[in-house]
Amino acid sequence: MTGICKSFPGVKALDMAELTLMPGSVHALMGENGAGKSTLMKCLFGVYRRDDGSVLLSGREVEFKSSREALEAGVAMVHQELNQALKLSVADNIWLGRYPKISRYFPLVDEKKMQGMTRELLSGLGIRISPTAKMSTLSVSERQMVEIAKAVSYGARVIVFDEPTSSLSEGEAQKLFGIIGKLKADGCGIIYISHKMAEIMRICDTVTVMRDGRHIATAPSSELTTDKIISLMVGRELGSRFPERKNKPGEVLFEARGLSGVNPRLKDATLTLREGEILGIAGLDGSGRTELLEGIFGLTELSGGEMYLSGEKIRNRNPREAISRGFALLTEERRRTGIFGILDIRENSTVSSLGKFTSFLFLRDSKRSEATRENIHAMKIKTPSERAKISTLSGGNQQKVILGRWLLTDPKVLLLDEPTRGVDVGAKYEIYTLIGKLAEAGRGIIVVSSEMPELLGICDRIAVMSGGRIAGEVDPGRTTQEEIMTLAAKYI
Amino acid sequence: MPEINEDRERNDGFFVKLLSGARERIDGFRSLPREDKARRVREFLLNNAMYIIIITAVIIIAIIEPRFISWASIINIISLTAAKLPIALGIGGAIVLTGTDISAGRAVGLTACIGASLLQMTGYSAKMFPNLSTMPVFIVLLAVMAVGAVIGLINGFFVAKFKLHPFIVTLSTQLIIYGAILLYLQIGNNGGQTLSGLDSSYLDFVSGPLFRVAGIAVPRYVLFSVIITAIMWVIWNKTTFGKNMFAVGANEEAANVSGVNVFKTIVLVFVLAGIMYGITGFIEGARIGSIASYTGQNYESDAIAACVIGGVSFVGGTGKISGIVIGVLLLQIIFVGLNFLSVDQNMLYIIKGAIILLACAVDMRKYLVKR
Repeated sequence: MTGICKSFPGVKALDMAELTLMPGSVHALMGENGAGKSTLMKCLFGVYRRDDGSVLLSGREVEFKSSREALEAGVAMVHQELNQALKLSVADNIWLGRYPKISRYFPLVDEKKMQGMTRELLSGLGIRISPTAKMSTLSVSERQMVEIAKAVSYGARVIVFDEPTSSLSEGEAQKLFGIIGKLKADGCGIIYISHKMAEIMRICDTVTVMRDGRHIATAPSSELTTDKIISLMVGRELGSRFPERKNKPGEVLFEARGLSGVNPRLKDATLTLREGEILGIAGLDGSGRTELLEGIFGLTELSGGEMYLSGEKIRNRNPREAISRGFALLTEERRRTGIFGILDIRENSTVSSLGKFTSFLFLRDSKRSEATRENIHAMKIKTPSERAKISTLSGGNQQKVILGRWLLTDPKVLLLDEPTRGVDVGAKYEIYTLIGKLAEAGRGIIVVSSEMPELLGICDRIAVMSGGRIAGEVDPGRTTQEEIMTLAAKYI
Repeated sequence: MPEINEDRERNDGFFVKLLSGARERIDGFRSLPREDKARRVREFLLNNAMYIIIITAVIIIAIIEPRFISWASIINIISLTAAKLPIALGIGGAIVLTGTDISAGRAVGLTACIGASLLQMTGYSAKMFPNLSTMPVFIVLLAVMAVGAVIGLINGFFVAKFKLHPFIVTLSTQLIIYGAILLYLQIGNNGGQTLSGLDSSYLDFVSGPLFRVAGIAVPRYVLFSVIITAIMWVIWNKTTFGKNMFAVGANEEAANVSGVNVFKTIVLVFVLAGIMYGITGFIEGARIGSIASYTGQNYESDAIAACVIGGVSFVGGTGKISGIVIGVLLLQIIFVGLNFLSVDQNMLYIIKGAIILLACAVDMRKYLVKR
């Protein structure tokens, strides 16, 4: 892949990106979130159409229009979030869309042949799963193996792994590495996307680092060190990525004691939040961070524990009660639970505060427009007008609109779940500035984030979650990533 | 039909702006390369396919049969539109929620039966309730609205509480209501017959002349429809409930997180729809003058078609009252026009079905993800 360019409205996501993959090798693709790794892969698989550049497969120019086309040409991807037909069997999932037929003249599915082919395929890879097992009964790791087997069944020569170990245990990861080794020995080229340095150093032959949509460096992994890769990835001083903070934590504002959810991921979490404080919550995926915020906000049911707001015992049975008490929740999945894609910015901004704009039973549109314009101005939202559809904005600007929605409810406690996910670097800085200003105004803010530098850069205090509990608290000024990771693994 | 003003930012310079805007667009279009021009024209034709087909149809019909654009015909079309408007306004809300309501027609049938049975002439031989003296028309109107509301409440409750798809819920209630209609018609002296012999107070209240144009009476229910449309416009655009309805339709989960009472919103949308069916039933009773078990049958298909033609999308979260009004009007123009051409009644069903299918397909094109 050479000279790949791709622009979205307002952002140049890829700028002359490139990657060369040799057969029989494992090639790590690295970069911070938003560096353009996934965009590059999406251009390869035809999810996006590249604006410029070329992709050569064994010397032949290709442009896939869909991942299906790519798969048929021998280019496969094992996604981070697997997209499989859970109600069907393993064999069904592998042969879906090209079931073996009994004969040309009798086009019924040849179950027996299919089972046999599946068994052969799986044993060839050293995977021990029954072809007739239902997908939903398998573990994430096993489902991933099925996905790999499917790629192999298409005769894939290039397989892309997108953070394959993010939800695997150590033992499962070992098994995966074994399979990757086998694929490599068979002459497959493998693109391996991961943030985990140790794995990269262990299984990859070559490393390519991307930053801000550009190709930064490619080198054999034997010539690189973890520190070297990080400095290539970050490429600038860490300090300048975060605004200076002027907030001063005051009295205790909110307290949660022993919160447990009906969802077993949250059990016995205890924390306190002060006025004007930015509290970070670190932890691995699945450690119950999102569940904690959702539990506090009344979005999911709590099974135990107590909450106190300014010393008064409270219970949020649903988001409406939480909002009326001054809570606000910025959700993790903006598209699914944040924005109303089909509606305009004004509707998106005022949906939580319609009561404020009502007089004599009727809404005052002029006031709603005015408040929305104020938000657009204050948060530097890039849009032609407050009546533009929110789906036309970039991720960062959408996020600012949703933050603005909550500001209109004048919240005391802001719960921000991955506030900068899918947001470009410039907008990130602006969101950090905004968070700082809100804390300065005396609001309490809880930030959940998977990006360690972000938590270290903007928080007054970091609580680390592990297995649904708060495993410990650290001071961002003095802690190290190792200390946080140790705490994160405490209750696993 | 007075024009409903959708544009809130209208001011003195509006037409000036509109004109200069149009000129800019024409100039912009001229400067495009030829390929893009062809694409733009194609897009325009496809996106407005429904309107173009209908306008062309009207012109052709008017040429073949000039009586189609006589006063009598125009007032007929307006009256029919007014009669079918409330049910479409009700269903429109359900469609905004990405749902539908196929119990609407039967709900109209039941409310029409109840309304008519309470308003038969005293002394009419087959009167369902022979001992019932003539009831005040207005009380009966409130009663059928209440019956409609109860039907809507049941629909909405099952949709909101059990997260069932409205199609399944209303498919079931549709059958239940039909059974109720058949049973109701068995009551008293009626014995399953068609309800007729309606009291003149009812007939006058609904279909009495509002005023006359060129000697042809415009019925009073046209005024009812105008009032109802205005009320619905206010509910959709100027109330918290209306905005919540669009929010739930656009993204139910986000609406919940944003503090919208999703349950209440869904139930209210269906209750409001039920009230609209009650009003439609009340109007239909007097308009047709005799009510049978099949009254109201398939009314929902016309109403859904009208909504889709008018741009209330099954994608959810979009739609305008003015669109529904135009949708109902265009559909009635087509039906009346086809009658003028003496098209077979049975053929009408085929045409109706094709219109719904085409309208949905054209509508969906707008929302398909383009990359």
